[in-house]
Amino acid sequence: MTCQECGLRPATVHLTKVVNGHVEQLHLCGACAQQKGEFQLFPDPASLLQNLLANFVGEDQATAPKTDVHCASCGFRFSEFRETGRLGCPACYNQFRAELEPMLRRLHGTTEHRGKLPRRRGEAFERSRRIQQLRERLQQAVQSEEYEKAAELRDALKAAEAGGSQ
Amino acid sequence: MNLESHLSSPRSSWTSGGGEMSDVVVSSRARLARNLDGYPFPEHLQAEPGEQVLQRVQGAVSGLGRGWQFYRLQGLSPIDRQVLLEKHLISPQQAQMPDRAALALRDDEALSVMVNEEDHLRVQAILPGLAVSEALNMALGVDDRLEQNLDFAFAPDRGYLTACPTNVGTGLRLSVMLHLGGLARTQRIQQLLHVLPKLGLAVRGLYGEGTEAIGNLFQISNQITLGQTEEEVAGGIERAALEVIEQERQARRLLAENALPEVQDRVHRAYGILRHARLLGAEEAMHLLSDLRLGTAMGLLQVPLPLVNELLVLALPGFLSRTVGQELQPAEQRTARANLIRDRLQKEVG
Repeated sequence: MTCQECGLRPATVHLTKVVNGHVEQLHLCGACAQQKGEFQLFPDPASLLQNLLANFVGEDQATAPKTDVHCASCGFRFSEFRETGRLGCPACYNQFRAELEPMLRRLHGTTEHRGKLPRRRGEAFERSRRIQQLRERLQQAVQSEEYEKAAELRDALKAAEAGGSQ
Repeated sequence: MNLESHLSSPRSSWTSGGGEMSDVVVSSRARLARNLDGYPFPEHLQAEPGEQVLQRVQGAVSGLGRGWQFYRLQGLSPIDRQVLLEKHLISPQQAQMPDRAALALRDDEALSVMVNEEDHLRVQAILPGLAVSEALNMALGVDDRLEQNLDFAFAPDRGYLTACPTNVGTGLRLSVMLHLGGLARTQRIQQLLHVLPKLGLAVRGLYGEGTEAIGNLFQISNQITLGQTEEEVAGGIERAALEVIEQERQARRLLAENALPEVQDRVHRAYGILRHARLLGAEEAMHLLSDLRLGTAMGLLQVPLPLVNELLVLALPGFLSRTVGQELQPAEQRTARANLIRDRLQKEVG
């Protein structure tokens, strides 16, 4: 087998990456593996991931909007993110929501946080997490025409939302 | 404790050589990335808001209790910054842009917070041996206490918001540093490198010709930060580490049964060179210290693990320069490295 990258030298490095069920196979020669940053002595994990990230973003370019969007909060342009792999400010996540979503899915296999909530402000976040989950289940119930279940979910959602406005 | 004592000692929490499974596991580390709401990420931070971030974090750190100190990197010499870098207490990015970077450090160096790195805060816990959950809980504890005084950037669906989307969600990177001298000798390391990525884990080390990593030190860490809880990530890393530890121990047993004279020879040759050499390159020193560590773990040689760990740190360029008292050229480093290692081995092993 020849190297997927250069197509010249024989592939000696075989990588299988599985991120939440998505399988990616890489067959590279030693030189290309080095170049791609797959093999380094304790590289800064950020830089390694950024290399991979740049590839991900590159793939997204085909489907991305042609105009260069920018963050209303910090003025950061999405085209800069394509170059550096890093965002401008926390608000960028919301500003570039649509652009980032497919990439997050490919990096992590999902787009939904399930970990720790900030303790001091956690209660409000907990409620909004619950509301979001109820909305998704309601949508699924409607789609699969389970109307009884949907009615229950709708009531639960109303109650949760009412709780939020108190 | 002051900064000088951290800079002059190669000792850290993890160099003690203790902890669970320390025959194979060097250290366990947890890192949490956090950012302050309402500020651009450090890379885009102007001088004035950058100063505000520093002061707000400094204020929050003062609430962490006794034993914590806050050090600004501005004003430190390049050698001192290099030493902190070699101890993994600051990042390369901070060392290059020290004017608004800082380090909050607990006396024992087991807990630290990097300030204005790629993210505003990087809480770090590092312990000797296999202690993934303990390191995680220590870092989460610091996070809880800092959060009482700081508003961290957080979105319910995306979690903790970080400069790089590879960290978003938990902001957690858990890693275990393993010494796999036995597996490397028995050519079984390749299998491992195939299996771990299938579990969503990254393995790092230098792969030169064939399979041998420099010093046979490998780091296993999680890749995914979104969609898994912190405990799930810790469980995954721990299970993988235990499996690798078992394989490494098995490899060492096989070596002891089938190739004892060869291993003994290699280990004692390594000791001989380290004990008597007059010039030592960094890579050569790493290889030899790795053999020493394997010999100690297999009971073939009596060199205390803490000493091996400290020598690994001492042999690095920043520490060498600091010990000698001036910046050293590569050729001078080789002499200084050989002298230092020879001296310590003579005093502490004989």
